[in-house]
Amino acid sequence: MRFAVIRFGGSNCDRDVQYVLSDVCGVDTDLIWYKERLLRSYDALVLPGGFSYGDYLRAGAIAARTPIMDDVTRHAANGALVLGICNGAQILAESGLVPGVFTINAYPKFICRWVRVRVENATSPFTSEFRKGDVISIPIAHAEGRYVAPAAALASLNRADRVAFRFCDTNGKITDGSNPNGAAENITGVLSDTGNVLAMMPHPERSSEAVLGSTDGKKIFDSMIRHIERKA
Amino acid sequence: MKFDVTITIALKEGMLDPEATAIRNAIANLGYRTESLRTARLFRIRLDAPDREAAKAIAQKMCERLLANPVIHRYEIEVAG
Repeated sequence: MRFAVIRFGGSNCDRDVQYVLSDVCGVDTDLIWYKERLLRSYDALVLPGGFSYGDYLRAGAIAARTPIMDDVTRHAANGALVLGICNGAQILAESGLVPGVFTINAYPKFICRWVRVRVENATSPFTSEFRKGDVISIPIAHAEGRYVAPAAALASLNRADRVAFRFCDTNGKITDGSNPNGAAENITGVLSDTGNVLAMMPHPERSSEAVLGSTDGKKIFDSMIRHIERKA
Repeated sequence: MKFDVTITIALKEGMLDPEATAIRNAIANLGYRTESLRTARLFRIRLDAPDREAAKAIAQKMCERLLANPVIHRYEIEVAG
């Protein structure tokens, strides 16, 4: 089993993700500079957070058009797992690997704090270690994280159970008050139609060790590892 | 032939524009009253194309493939030259 973390100019959570995967979860993880392309096949790819290309044009827009994204798309088509975190989520949306877009927060400032999200789908390759309805503690850190999608796309996401996470309060209630960035229907984690791509704004790599305050995020990586083990 | 293409990209009607709201508030702080304020982004591109229609078609592709995000944006293209 081998993971790859792809770094673009301006990625800044790449080493955190690699550390959690290799040192906390114990899986072999390559750190790949985007210009190197993907020269072998991987079981899972992670697009980490950061500010690729200084968020020029739109967050993730430039990185989404780099040649390595052809490799990412090919991996996704072949059933590999692709996880986009924060800026990585913006890149996946800009690439069309998940529907919609993550854009400027309703109150346009950078938000960096712990939030609660509710697990909406506990059967995906990224969430199987949770139970549906679990309320997890995980940090966000973004200025462009407000999920927007056309009404038809939202309906189809709901119908196909492709919303992975929604912002919620401590009791798991989906409220406006618990929606930090104004995301449509509090959505902050979206699965592709094939289920093997997840774009999420919260940072699981920052909530994977007790010393950091939560290990809820680690279950996402554990779910991915479990999924790959089952497939093997 | 060389053409000067001007592309204006703006949020679709009804889309929340938090940046515009912040700017409008700042303008209000300066003492100006405004009824509304929207933002847009303008690209000026000089390019080679066989004719005006072709230049517009190229610009349209640029919008579809990178400059605009169809989920939230609309765009207008003007060709001069």
